[in-house]
Amino acid sequence: MSVKKFMYVNRKAPYGSVYALESLEVVLIGAAFDQDVSLAFIGDGVYELTKGQNTKAIGQKNFSPTYAALGDYEVNKIYVEKESLEERGLTLDDLQHLVWEDEDEDYAEKDSIRLVSRAELADVMAEQEIILSF
Amino acid sequence: MKFSIQINEGPYQHQASDTAYQFAKAAIAAGHEIFRIFFYHDGVNNATRLAVPPQDDRNISAQWTALAKENNLDMVVCIAAAQRRGLMDADEAKRQGLDANNIAEGFRISGLGQLIEAGIESDRLIVFGA
Repeated sequence: MSVKKFMYVNRKAPYGSVYALESLEVVLIGAAFDQDVSLAFIGDGVYELTKGQNTKAIGQKNFSPTYAALGDYEVNKIYVEKESLEERGLTLDDLQHLVWEDEDEDYAEKDSIRLVSRAELADVMAEQEIILSF
Repeated sequence: MKFSIQINEGPYQHQASDTAYQFAKAAIAAGHEIFRIFFYHDGVNNATRLAVPPQDDRNISAQWTALAKENNLDMVVCIAAAQRRGLMDADEAKRQGLDANNIAEGFRISGLGQLIEAGIESDRLIVFGA
């Protein structure tokens, strides 16, 4: 099976609609296919990665801990758009610290999140073969 | 060219399924191949055989069933999304101990891997809705 460049683009806040959760489900299943996977978080999608989420009062399942497991699925290219964070008064410190272990470097722990500008993200998107937008 | 189609919105509420249907018809008419049509999110609701729209309107799920029959299309409904929304085929209803099923002819229920495979195997994956 050939390897293609897949990008999952996350654009929605996590609980107002089901898109964020069902995007994550595709990413996890897709990880079994050994493709070249990256994720992008833009617009309200950046809220999906915020730390300290507590959904108790809205009666929904808090699925945010799953993002921390993405590194174990070798999903370690997570692009977060700088302008989207700034427009919402957020910084990288408001997001979960997502890491992966590089087995080529004695399992050194590395950051998964790459903070990129809108223009840089456009370049990364232009390199993709499959873009699934949620 | 080999196309796959992903449909993310339910019938009537949103134009995505209608547009995807017209696209699929036009692509086939132009001699292209449709590798797979994958229904996700509320798009799974296109697969119900219990919809009864007014007689002077189109029946979206029946249109899909007819198109699939004429052209031997592979129409896949995501099982995780379908279970959440109460879309069941006979086997799945039995497994879940439910007293009814509602999947229209021509649709089959399967996993998200079918979407990833469609992306890998097709020249283009076209997404409608969301």
